[in-house]
Amino acid sequence: MSPLLRVDGLRKTFGRGAARTVVLDDLDLDVDAHEVVVLIGASGSGKSTLLRCIDLLEDVDDGAVLLDGEDITDPRVDADAVRARMGIVFQSFNLFPHLTVLDNVTLAPRKAHGVAPDVARDRALGMLDRVGLRDRAAAHPDELSGGQQQRVAIARALVNDPVLMLFDEVTSALDPELVGEVLGMLRELKTEGMTMVVATHEMGFARQVADRVCFLDGGRVLEQGPPGQVLGDPVEDRTRRFLRRIIDAGRL
Amino acid sequence: MSDPWTPSARQVERDAYRRARARRSAVVSLVSTVVVGGALVVGTTGSPGWPRVQASFFDVGVGLDSLPKVAEGMWLNLRVWVAASLLMLVLGLLLAVLRTLQGPVFWPVRALATAYVDLFRGAPVIIVLFIVGFGIPGLRLQGVPTGAGVLGTVALTLTYSAYVAEVLRAGIESVHPSQRAAARSLGLSQGQTMRHVVLPQAVRRVVPPLLNDVVSLQKDAGLISVLGALDALRWAQIETSRTGSFTPYVVAALLFIVISIPLTRVTDAVARRYGYTAAGGRL
Repeated sequence: MSPLLRVDGLRKTFGRGAARTVVLDDLDLDVDAHEVVVLIGASGSGKSTLLRCIDLLEDVDDGAVLLDGEDITDPRVDADAVRARMGIVFQSFNLFPHLTVLDNVTLAPRKAHGVAPDVARDRALGMLDRVGLRDRAAAHPDELSGGQQQRVAIARALVNDPVLMLFDEVTSALDPELVGEVLGMLRELKTEGMTMVVATHEMGFARQVADRVCFLDGGRVLEQGPPGQVLGDPVEDRTRRFLRRIIDAGRL
Repeated sequence: MSDPWTPSARQVERDAYRRARARRSAVVSLVSTVVVGGALVVGTTGSPGWPRVQASFFDVGVGLDSLPKVAEGMWLNLRVWVAASLLMLVLGLLLAVLRTLQGPVFWPVRALATAYVDLFRGAPVIIVLFIVGFGIPGLRLQGVPTGAGVLGTVALTLTYSAYVAEVLRAGIESVHPSQRAAARSLGLSQGQTMRHVVLPQAVRRVVPPLLNDVVSLQKDAGLISVLGALDALRWAQIETSRTGSFTPYVVAALLFIVISIPLTRVTDAVARRYGYTAAGGRL
């Protein structure tokens, strides 16, 4: 059986000429259905760029991303239709500040996916119920805490019934006591069998929830395996040094 | 840095497809431009009344004949435009700052500035021109200039500074309160905060609409002809009554357009430069 998501020889550079930096360099990654893959690595190792390339928010310079065996980086593919099958949650929430929580969640179903307004409303309220924010449906994002905003962002992504969810350091902008409520949601999603790719600095979360941990370095997946092995007994020297720095910072 | 990368066959095919698409859309836009432009030219010049219209508006001989005088008048318009532009920016900035002063002490100042903006933004510019241009000389005060060019500049400045004040005020109010808080927390006074933190961000955001007002002012500089100033429009009028053809007006219009084009390009470039980066936030 082919994997749900296959990243094949992906290359992504920014800038041109002498200022060109290669962020992703011939990167390969397979994610099976219902698998939770956690990406770790230093800042600038390409975790966010990889997620953005998978969601077609960036044009890739070479290689391909295959979703269900279909090359979605082919310029003939309708990128909007592909993105509708994936959900992404950003580090800084990116809620629409001029819309209420409910409208944030129903915007895409109503405008992009042709769902009837009352159906979209019911579905959105159900989803907000799941993330525990049904009573805040009429509030604007500014009135919510960071953790609540991020839960709305997750609901907004989930309401489109994605086959794949991408999480880009979703707890990095949150206060420590709010991290738990968001990570709890990701745990719950895992029990429901959602396929997820999660970039994070939360090693404890990676250890508990990941089926597989991938260490990104130099634009490639340098080491991958079960969390116990990669986080506990890494083979690569660079992985070891990275984890040492994390431990020294008291984050493991 | 050496970069041993060579594009894969997949990427080569992808690039070729994108280039083919780009070529196709270039051809489509070229063909559609030629077809629409051609239809417009044929439709206009083929109409039964075209010879008479051409003689009235597009007589090349009359146009060249009137060009020196109209251009001479244009020089006055240009000076009025530059002077009024600078004055409106200064006055507009002052009004905008006065309108955003906080605290009950400044209520009269705010009220005056607000009244000024309401008055001059609401009044038709031509009426302001009449009142300033004919009213001020009518007072027969010693030492007050009576030249149509100077009074026209004053009138245009009065009207346009009200517009500019509103644009700048919108910019000032768009700067997040946290920026003021940060500046005040460092010990900057209210004035220093405005000067060094708020205004630089505010102006940057509203540069495109500000330049829009500058372009608009450039056209309205032609209205000073109602005061009897010998500007481009006035000379066009004189030449029209001399030759019996409206072509001098077209010549004047062309001169106004030629001057506004570089400015419009600058506006576009500035808008591109600031439009996205100033929006704040990160993907």
